[in-house]
Amino acid sequence: MTTAAATAGERTAKAKPATMAQALGRALRDSMAQDPTVHVLGEDVGTLGGVFRITDGLAKEFGDNRCTDTPLAEAGILGAAVGMAMYGLRPVVEMQFDAFAYPAFEQLISHVAKMRNRTAGAMPLPITVRVPYGGGIGGVEHHSDSSEAYYMATPGLHVVTPATVEDAYGLLRASIASDDPVVFLEPKRLYWSKADWSPEAPVSVEPIGRAVVRRPGRNATLITYGPSLPVCMEAAEAAVEEGWDLEVVDLRSLVPFDDETVAASVRRTGRAVVVHESSGFGGPGGEIAARVTERCFHYLEAPVLRVAGFDIPYPPPMQERHHLPGVDRVLDAVARLQWEAES
Amino acid sequence: MTVQELPGAAAYRPTPPPAWKPLTDPAPLLPDPEPYRVLGTDAVADADPELLLRLYAELVRGRRYNAQATALTKQGRLAVYPSSTGQEACEIAAALVLEERDWLFPSYRDTLAAVARGLDPVEALTLLRGDRHTGYDPREHRIAPLCTPLATQLPHAVGLAHAARLKGDDVVALAMVGDGGTSEGDFHEALNFAAVWRAPVVFLVQNNGFAISVPLAKQTAAPSLAHKAVGYGMPGRLVDGNDAAAVHQVLGEAVARARSGGGPTLVEAVTYRMDAHTNADDATRYRVESEVEAWRAHDPIQLLERELTGRGLLGDDGIEEARAAAERMAAALRERMNADPVLDPMDLFAHVYAEQTAQLREQEARLRVELDAEQDQHGCDDVEEGR
Ligand SMILES: Cc1ncc(C[n+]2csc(CCOP(=O)(O)OP(=O)(O)O)c2C)c(N)n1
Repeated sequence: MTTAAATAGERTAKAKPATMAQALGRALRDSMAQDPTVHVLGEDVGTLGGVFRITDGLAKEFGDNRCTDTPLAEAGILGAAVGMAMYGLRPVVEMQFDAFAYPAFEQLISHVAKMRNRTAGAMPLPITVRVPYGGGIGGVEHHSDSSEAYYMATPGLHVVTPATVEDAYGLLRASIASDDPVVFLEPKRLYWSKADWSPEAPVSVEPIGRAVVRRPGRNATLITYGPSLPVCMEAAEAAVEEGWDLEVVDLRSLVPFDDETVAASVRRTGRAVVVHESSGFGGPGGEIAARVTERCFHYLEAPVLRVAGFDIPYPPPMQERHHLPGVDRVLDAVARLQWEAES
Repeated sequence: MTVQELPGAAAYRPTPPPAWKPLTDPAPLLPDPEPYRVLGTDAVADADPELLLRLYAELVRGRRYNAQATALTKQGRLAVYPSSTGQEACEIAAALVLEERDWLFPSYRDTLAAVARGLDPVEALTLLRGDRHTGYDPREHRIAPLCTPLATQLPHAVGLAHAARLKGDDVVALAMVGDGGTSEGDFHEALNFAAVWRAPVVFLVQNNGFAISVPLAKQTAAPSLAHKAVGYGMPGRLVDGNDAAAVHQVLGEAVARARSGGGPTLVEAVTYRMDAHTNADDATRYRVESEVEAWRAHDPIQLLERELTGRGLLGDDGIEEARAAAERMAAALRERMNADPVLDPMDLFAHVYAEQTAQLREQEARLRVELDAEQDQHGCDDVEEGR
């Protein structure tokens, strides 16, 4: 991770608008250029550059032994990656869509997550599994799942998800450099979000596991990640009119979980709302709310609330806007934070 | 609506489809209709006597190992043991065809292959004793962890072999799976990957007749499991799994083919599981004694012993020597397994991540407090007892 930061830091160039997709592609390219053991594999990642074009140009630059179109079989892809990692390579696997990663669950849970543990540390598996996840792009069935809760429930995996262009680059570099397996969740509706960013400019590649305060505030904390960060930022701006000064915490990493940053924020504000688009029941928000309550009970002015997707299979695209938590639903929750009890 | 009913159908002539040709000629890939045999056939003349004697000694040792490990379950020293009695020829041949740099990917039943490859007999049993998941360093021995989820180790073997080839190493991976495991998706994905990538892998299916209680006929409708290879574009070989010389030869050819860049092979060894699925299983519920007896007459050790004694390569002394060596191994195993393993509960947290998470540090501290309290409690008890 430090090496990645150093390499990136050496270059300088003017920042231009870049998309998250470009930043991810650049992170793959830079990782492959720096470390010959980094191999990209998946469905359509070669000639096509992936259905989201994240791997565009990699096969051309590094050859199809480094960026490989595999047969169409997710368990086979991840299972082969396990063997490759056993032999000293650093595979980066692309799962085409969130819901198509499920055939590989057996490999992920029984082997990827456990190999270090099963071998008492003798055989760590430095595999990065990239999963485009979440809705909001008008995808038909099986193209919009938020599967983070399944991954979070599996000890041995890191689970990270960027919400900004810069984090997309930094977190992916850190994930590939990690000696542990990382499930790297890419919020696909943010793929085309832009920021003034230059891969040539110094980029901070932080260790996995640190949350960040995206917007300081005094009255309540919005705890969120990935695709819901822009929603929360917008809600926080809108809340100013209502007289609420909201803090927004971007988790970036779900496992490991940054209790410190989250608890420090909630202790300052006394109120918290967890926002994510995956279903609420059995979802990440329950875990986060429980952790916040355990650490901040005496600071809390109100119960920790959750704003999540409904407990339904992901709806058809023409209905998804009703399912996805938007600004209004976040503000509604903020309004329910028992403000009157304060006076 | 048929073509004839279409307006102007009389003039309609379908354009012929583009020429079709198969990617691979299936004929050379097809397995023989009968399992290949060496012992008791003319082919045995080509077998190296020294190899046969080595196989014999290993088979005798292997059978004794199975018996000893099963006995250890009765004494509560092993949680469970899936015996490979009857299948020793497959186990031993798998281990002996590999070079040191090659990799073995065993299933939970293949302790014997791991031991024959040189793994410490106690280290090979830790999974089944229940003290560690894998009691050895896979890289050191080039033996993947004994794999419990069926067929999931097969894609690993493919990935490893592929990686080795990318690095320019002439390493072969041999992966073992049972007949039941061939129905799993991972089996099919692994074979397909291996064939497409021309990975230097050998798949060894030990068809021992049953997946726990389910017979082969309820597992597959294929003519043989070796036939499955053809659909993926790799050769399938059918071999008598109780004929150690035949299994060694067929696996040896497959390994040589893989090493020289010829790609993967699927070998089906037809054998029989003489014991129950594990010590906890009751095989009388699903198979008849006459079937077991028929296979007893085709015992892998007897087959080889007859061949070797018939040719004057092995006498009573040699048989006695092999048995005595096996006895010594069993005695040493018994003795070492009678010692309680020393375990550190803190190990529970040691190997989850490269760097411990704050959450795990907290949980480790909590367990430490519990253990200290336990210790104090015991300390007090001791003092009271001492009084
Ligand atoms: C994925 C999976 N499903 C079920 C089981 C439970 N199970 C353990 S052994 C076994 C039968 C396996 O039979 P086979 O593949 O023929 O191997 P054998 O035990 O005969 O060596 C089953 C069903 C398992 N280990 N893994």
